[in-house]
Amino acid sequence: MSMTKLIVKNSFRHTLRVLLTIVGISVAVIAFGMLRTVVTAWNSGVAASSPNRLVVRQAVSFIFPLPYAYKEKIAGIPGVTTVSWLNWFGGTYIDKDQFFARQACDPETIFTLYPEFKLTSSEISAFRSERNACIVGIETAKRYGLKVGDIMNMEGDIYPGSWQFTVRGIYTPRSKTDDATQMFFHWEYLNEQMKQDDASRADQVGYYVVKINDASKSAEISQKIDELFKNSPAETKTETEGQFQQGFVSSSGAIIGAINIMSYLIIGIILLVLCNTMIMTSRERTREYAVLKSLGFTGGHLFSFIAGEALTISLLGAGIGIALLIPIVQGFESLLPRGWFPVFIIESSTYVLAGSSALIVGVIAAIIPLYRALTMRIVDGLRFTG
Amino acid sequence: MSAIITISHLIKTYKRDKQEITVLNDISLDIAQGDFVALMGPSGSGKTTLLNIIAGIDRPTNGEVLIAGTDIGALSETELAKWRSRHIGFIFQFYNLIPVLTAFENVELPLMLTPLSKSERRRQVELALSVVGLADRMDHYPKQLSGGQEQRVAIARAIASDPDIFVADEPTGDLDRVSAEEILTLLERLNKEFGKTIVMVTHDPQAANRAHIVHHLEKGDLIPQVQS
Repeated sequence: MSMTKLIVKNSFRHTLRVLLTIVGISVAVIAFGMLRTVVTAWNSGVAASSPNRLVVRQAVSFIFPLPYAYKEKIAGIPGVTTVSWLNWFGGTYIDKDQFFARQACDPETIFTLYPEFKLTSSEISAFRSERNACIVGIETAKRYGLKVGDIMNMEGDIYPGSWQFTVRGIYTPRSKTDDATQMFFHWEYLNEQMKQDDASRADQVGYYVVKINDASKSAEISQKIDELFKNSPAETKTETEGQFQQGFVSSSGAIIGAINIMSYLIIGIILLVLCNTMIMTSRERTREYAVLKSLGFTGGHLFSFIAGEALTISLLGAGIGIALLIPIVQGFESLLPRGWFPVFIIESSTYVLAGSSALIVGVIAAIIPLYRALTMRIVDGLRFTG
Repeated sequence: MSAIITISHLIKTYKRDKQEITVLNDISLDIAQGDFVALMGPSGSGKTTLLNIIAGIDRPTNGEVLIAGTDIGALSETELAKWRSRHIGFIFQFYNLIPVLTAFENVELPLMLTPLSKSERRRQVELALSVVGLADRMDHYPKQLSGGQEQRVAIARAIASDPDIFVADEPTGDLDRVSAEEILTLLERLNKEFGKTIVMVTHDPQAANRAHIVHHLEKGDLIPQVQS
């Protein structure tokens, strides 16, 4: 018989109690993982942003456009290497429940600015050379069964009318945290239509994305851009892409904060559940610990037995929880409206956090029983009747 | 025969609240190697405390306890634990077997502290169980055994590591007469055939009759012995 066998046998002495504890830990790990995944999804835009990219938008509100003419002036500021621009298109594809980001962009610069969207050079050439071409993310392509050459018909809302696009490329994200659901088409296509339909809305840009050569100078360059358009009819607000994304998320900051706190409270619940089990277990075994000590087992052996038992239960619970977390997150995502979260994945840090928390909880849960077992006099333990 | 246990001026006191209670009062006692000694006396006389001190699971307040030349009062807790595993075999009134372990595994427990290989341990356990007549029950769990059989497993656990001294605290106290006789016969065999020193606490005069020497304690004092 080995120590491990003894630990395992002891761990499952009260099968129902241990199973309930393991189930409790598993459920807590699943809840922890779910909450962390939701927070991760919420912050995915911030996480995926580049420090080398600045976003220039209308100072009053994001919904007001900027003149196209700003492009040359921004490009002239030292430190700026590329200027690109986008307009949020909105629109309806198939029906109103089918949501994914659709933006008009500058085809010459957009994929230089966003290298995280991977395309072949032939796809980029095809996209640039055709006025109503579009690029879609692989997730959107999979969702609608789109392939290169397919036509996408859309009804405009922000930009009214019927719009037709031809898919000329499908991008794949560089990492799992990059958004693989977006659609891009030519800004020029949009602008020409505006010139015909509503000239007052022509030559307008939703926001500029500016690439700079030195991320450490982002504050300085942002200030220069904003000073350039001070006292103009369309003043700008320039910030890093991360700050820009954070602006969207910050409105939900309190909710995210609460979710974050809840996820850590769950770790506390796991600790209490396991502590309770371990304290009950060790109390029942007071006499056995005394017998083991009388046979010559030392404090080190008792540490192995008690900590080993606590760790067996906590790690088993965490293991089952983590194993179930994957299908549960996938199931949860399928219940959400399509495109609600462009990125909804369990980050590796969530696995690490759940696993290491279980490890720490196992050790902490062993402290009180271990202290009692070590400080107990053998003669008192042998007299213990429960 | 030379003394394996030498107790000199042993005093054991406890503090309960602010009151100091003397449990053993200046006990001096020699027990020869290979002796079978019974400790008798009414409840609270200090016999179990004396047994616990001899076994190294309790410490004297004053005085010296030499077991096979070792002053066990001078040993640290860890040294004392190692010493117990080598020299003392315990037999408890309520057997104190681990319920989730089979008879074989219970007997193997003290051998986990030795450097014996797995096969050597197996041999030793099988031998111990055959000595107590339970070779055919080694895969049984304690709840599948009778009280007498459980006590025999406990004795097998005590003899497995081949200690010099056996301490038995009311070994027949929880058994019927037939089972008690079997256990006492087994203890006699250990003493006679294997030359083991046995110190037994008992209330039972019939059990005490199996011992060579009976020491009586009363209110912490050792009263003159009766040679059987």
